[in-house]
Formats: sequence, structure tokens, C-alpha cells
Amino acid sequence: MTDTVFIEGGRVIDPASGVDGVRTVVVRDGKVAEVAERLERPRDVRAVDARGRWVTPGFLDLHVHLREPGQEYKETVATGARAAAAGGFTAVCAMPNTVPPNDNTSVTELILARARAAGLARVYPVGCISKGMKGEELAEYGELQAAGCVALSDDGRPVASSALMRRALEYARAFDLPLTVHEEDLALVGKGVMHEGPAATRLGLKGIPAASEEVMVARDLALLELTGGRLHIAHLSTAGSVRAVREAKRRGLSVTAEVTPHHLALTDEDVARSRYATAFKMAPPLRSAADRAAVREALADGTIDCIATDHAPHSPVEKDLEFDAAANGVVGLETAFPVGLALVREGVLSERRLVEALTAGPARAFRLPGGSLARGAPADLAVLDPAREWRCEPALFHSKSKNSPWMGATLVGRCTLTLVGGRIVHELAEGGR
Amino acid sequence: MIGKHRHLTGLEPLTREEILSVLELATSMKEVLRRPLKKVPTLRGKAVVNLFFEASTRTRTSFETAAKILSADAINWTSSSSSVTKGETLVDTALNIEAMHPDILVIRHPAGGAPELVAQHVSCAVVSAGDGAHEHPTQGLLDLYTLSEHFCAAGGAPAGAAPDFGVLAGKTIAIVGDVSHSRVARSDLHGLTKLGAKVRVCGPPTMIPQGIEAMGAEVHHQLRPAVEGADAVVMLRIQHERIGDPLIPGTREYSKFWGLNERKAAEWLTPSCAILHPGPINRGVELAPEVADGARSVILDQVENGVAVRMAVLYLLAGGAHEAAEGGARA
Ligand SMILES: [Zn+2]
Ligand SMILES: [Zn+2]
Repeated sequence: MTDTVFIEGGRVIDPASGVDGVRTVVVRDGKVAEVAERLERPRDVRAVDARGRWVTPGFLDLHVHLREPGQEYKETVATGARAAAAGGFTAVCAMPNTVPPNDNTSVTELILARARAAGLARVYPVGCISKGMKGEELAEYGELQAAGCVALSDDGRPVASSALMRRALEYARAFDLPLTVHEEDLALVGKGVMHEGPAATRLGLKGIPAASEEVMVARDLALLELTGGRLHIAHLSTAGSVRAVREAKRRGLSVTAEVTPHHLALTDEDVARSRYATAFKMAPPLRSAADRAAVREALADGTIDCIATDHAPHSPVEKDLEFDAAANGVVGLETAFPVGLALVREGVLSERRLVEALTAGPARAFRLPGGSLARGAPADLAVLDPAREWRCEPALFHSKSKNSPWMGATLVGRCTLTLVGGRIVHELAEGGR
Repeated sequence: MIGKHRHLTGLEPLTREEILSVLELATSMKEVLRRPLKKVPTLRGKAVVNLFFEASTRTRTSFETAAKILSADAINWTSSSSSVTKGETLVDTALNIEAMHPDILVIRHPAGGAPELVAQHVSCAVVSAGDGAHEHPTQGLLDLYTLSEHFCAAGGAPAGAAPDFGVLAGKTIAIVGDVSHSRVARSDLHGLTKLGAKVRVCGPPTMIPQGIEAMGAEVHHQLRPAVEGADAVVMLRIQHERIGDPLIPGTREYSKFWGLNERKAAEWLTPSCAILHPGPINRGVELAPEVADGARSVILDQVENGVAVRMAVLYLLAGGAHEAAEGGARA
């Protein structure tokens, strides 16, 4: 017989198909066969009791760093995919700043082969905007797309040259690929290591002004207007960037944006409270309370399309250092849901909007499959316990790296079951840690 | 221990009372320092390691002198921060020193927060001797001490009397120069505001960090209104490397608008206004030589008080409280 699973009694939240209520989800042949209120379960199928749980489309993360090839001591495609599955993510976009960078099809193919071998989450490689991420010549977008890349980015660094950025936007139009951009004017960033403001002043750390992001967002929106194409602003972090994107969308430009859980939850004052803990160091830096309020509002009203973790694994070699010297970035796949859920409790997001920002929102931004439990869709889904309390401890992480600002914290909300193509890729034991 | 603190990484975490306890102990230490035979056995058998990742002969010598007067063994460990590029991290270095069982580790480092990172990895007490643009707590303490001494003397207290640190309440202190890169300015600000003084900071806007008002400072960009009516002026060192940064177009223009010369001092400062400087002075840039060496200058008092304050800090953190009487210092 076929592999059939009945997921019963859970609250199905599927913004893409407008469902929010207790339903039974039937998975058959790797696809969603049925979502219905009352269904008779045949005797010989597997049943999942989802009472008290949410059943949602599997989360999609447009922005993760899997570190393979080149820095497998931080993460591999397999460990990253494992962390994704544990966090409820069934698909992740792998940023190309590997060593070597993903500017050619052999790297793309390697990532895809590793992902297939792991069989835990769908991995969509992102190709480079420029060869070697040097910002000088265009990478071969057509080749990269043919090999499986779904977007282009030089993430980790900005495209400094406006001229190259213009050509990249123009050339990518031929393949209808979105450019996902890391917006940072490096001259303005200088030696800055955290957001410029009272907290940096008190800590005596060099500041990064919000304007370092905003001038680049403004530039790229101007270029987008010139060239057409698709622009996606990665990890948008400031009130000024929000204003620019809101206005650009109003004018009908094809721009989308993402925000990270840490920029939604934390501020520069948390860096001060942590006393220089490098798990609070990232680019863009944690911003002011006013910036945080702006990105929260923008996520709620749809100006920001989705939540992306910017999962950036680093080992103690890069992190157990002076704040000035530590690498930027934090892991995020395994904490995104509880951090998002805290925003629901605070009244920032509705439950539906949170799920949308993790599912249909990112799927639409990159036009990826998934993000919905419509009948016939691949059975990529997550079962989430919104009441489960757990202590975020190193031993619980599936990621190879533990650089999380929530390490040691008690979080509420946890993914208990993840299915990719109808296959169980993660299951949290009952009462399990 | 200073209050409940095992380490001294800044004045920000200290309460007013904790600061006062160090200053009061420094008074007895200064008396020891001024004895003809300046050696007490208070910290005999204790080891103080000076770990300097940044050259600073003055501060290091001051800590070393303080340790030696108290009979501690002072070991200097000079390390360039470029050892990081050789693969040895700050934590590695700290663990190496830890293995030598020091009682106190005095650390100077170009990165803000470095002493706090070290404190997380070692079991001995850690004293910051300046970290990046964060804090230089013993400099802050010695400035509080020097200012109190000056105000008590100006108020008619007999020479050599122990200063009353309550005298700082209500006084106005101007801090002039590159506040954004100054750890001294931050420690002074925390210390002064905790003891009830008002602080003005002054410099070109490129040298005043964002949000310094939140630390209790009144911001000025012109020198005259900043120093007029002030009870003391702290002139900060202008580092030549900032000129390439570029925070100012050049030292000539800087000294014209933000430097203090004899004429400005005579016309703008109140007669009893003291002038402080953390040293070393760029003569002719932030301070004209006549002012640096003039009657208002308490710069050499700062140096002397620096040793007394550091003796007090080492004493408190080495945990020698019960040996106080023997050493001639009262706790
Ligand atoms: Zn980035
Ligand atoms: Zn990234």
C-alpha cells in the first residue's frame, strides 16, 4: 500500500489557501491529498495526533549559510538541513559565500548532491551576482539557473559598484532571477561593529549608522526603477529602509524584503546588556528600538514580505574573541519559530501573519514551490507545539554551531514533526528535549 | 572585592558608595606613598600581572609602582594585539597567564570589552587599564580624586587634609576633545555623574559620539560656552592618527578652535578652574605649554593620585582586607 499519514486534530494554519481551523490533513504519495474537517481514518494508515498543535506548511527560509563547501567545521549542507528540519523549515536557500563561492555550476551541483544525500530539507542554491563575489564581473546567471540556482546574491558583502549592480539587475531579467542584496555602504560602516547610538557610545564600540544601509537601499531602488527586474532586500533592519521599500512598493516596483528574527526581537541595548557577548554581533547590527518598531510594523502590514533567519554558523574560533575581532552572524533555524511566536504574544503579529511570513511570504518572493497545503501540493509541512517550553542549550542544537543570542534562554514554541514530500524528516519525542 | 565586584572593568557598574570606598582607601594609600620608606607588606606573596596589548608606559609604570609599594610581585607581560594574527587569541593568552596563578590581571587592550572577555575565562581578579574607547576606570578614579582634592583646597581646606569627595556634587566639569575615542571621557562621565557633578563635553561634532547625552552629558561644539563657568576642564589628548580618519582637517585648526592657550584660559576660565589632562600632552595642540605647566594645571597631581588609587584598587581586589592594619592602610 502507499504511505499514507493522517494528521488529526491539529489547528491547520495555511494562509495561502485561507485555512485556519481544526482539520485533518491526509498525506498520500508524498502529496497533500486532503485537508478536511471530518474524515474517516482507514485502519492501516499512520495517524499523528496533532491536538493542541499547529499544522502549517513547512517553513521556507530565503537566507541561510550552510558553509559547504569550504567551512564544513561550521556547518555542512547535511547538518544545516538537519537544523532546518528541526526548526520546521522544509526548504532553505543556501547563500553562495562558500569557499569557493557558488559562482559556477560545479559548486551548485555539489550543494544539490549533498542535499539529496542528506534528504532532510529542500535546498535551493543561490548563485553569485559577481564572479568570486569580487564585484567586478557578472557571474554566469543562465548556467547557474540551469544548474539549480533560484536567486543571485553576493551576500556577506554589498555590490559596491553601482554600474555593476545596474548590469546585474538588467542581465538577471533575461532569466527572471531575483537579486537578493546585502545593503551596506562599507565606507560608512568603516570599522564599526555595532549600531551607532547610545549603546555603542557607552560600550566604546565603533558605530555603524543606519544610513549605511539606507543609502544602498535607496541606490538599488533607483537602479531597479532604471532597469526593471526583481530586487529582494536581505535582512532589512532600519526604519529608513522600511520607508524606502514601502514607497517603492506603492509605486509598483518589483521589490520584496525580508527581516530576521533577531532584528525583530532584539536591539542594540541587548548588546550592552549582554556585556559584549559576540552572539549579538551581526551585519546588519541589532538596531535601535525605533528601528525595531519600524520593521515589526512593516512585517505586520506586508511591506516586509517574510522572515528569513540569515542562519550564519560560526565556531568558537570566530566567536570567542573580542567583540571587535569576532565574526558577524548568528544561527537561527532552530529558534525562528519560538522567537516569532513571542511577537504574537506581544501583539505585534497575528498568528496567521507569522505563519504567512514563514511560508507563503517567502515562497511568493522567490516564486518557489511550497508554502501551501493546497490539495496536490508536495506534503512539506510542520507540526508545531505553540505551548512547548524548552531551554535553548548547545546540546539540543542540530546545527554544528551554537552562536545563538538565545543560548541559555527559555523559549516557548517548538516544532515537533516535520515532513518533506510526505517523509518524516524530524520528530521530537513526546516530552523529548 | 569592590562592593560586590570581583573585577574592575569600568566605573559604569559601580555604585556611588563603591566608588567612594575606593577613593577613601586611596587617601590612606597616598599617605603610604608619601612616606620616606614607601613599602608596606600588605600584598606580600601576591602576584600582579600587567598584560598590555597597547603600549602605555605611564599607566603600566603606575600600576607597577602601586603593586611594588604594596609588596606584590609585578610581572609585565607585553603582547602586541597582532599576536591575534599569529593565531593566538586573547582567550589563549588569558589561559596561559591563568596557569601562572596570578592574583590580579591588569589588562590594557585596544578592543572595548576585552577585560570582560578575559574575566570570563580566568579565576583571578581583572582590572581594566583601558579597553578601546570603552573605559579606563582607574583614570576615572584618579580624576575624581584629583578634582576633589583641588576643590577642597580651593574651598580653604588645609593642605594635605584628606579630601571630602562630597565636594564634587554640583560642580561643573568640562571634558574637551576627542570624546568618541576616549575611554577616559567615559569613565570620568560615569564617575562624575554618580558623585553628583555636571558634565559638559565639547569638541567638533565628528568627535562627539551619538547619544552621549544619554550618559548625562551636555554637548557643546564651541569651546567658550563649554568652559565658561566650569569648575574644572579635562583636556583630552588628540591622537594624530585621527587626522587621517578624518575627524578634523588638521591640528592647526583644532588648536585654534578647541585648544586651550593662555589668553583663552585667562579670559574664559574662572580663577579657580583646574585643568586636567590624562597625558601624554600634545603641547601646542590641545594645550599650550604655558597652560599645561601653569598654575591651574593639576596634571602632576593626577600622576601621583594615580598611584594611590591603583594601590587602593589592587588592595581591594587582592582581597587583603584582614591584613589592612598590618600594612598601615585602613579599609
Ligand atoms: Zn548579508
Ligand atoms: Zn547572510
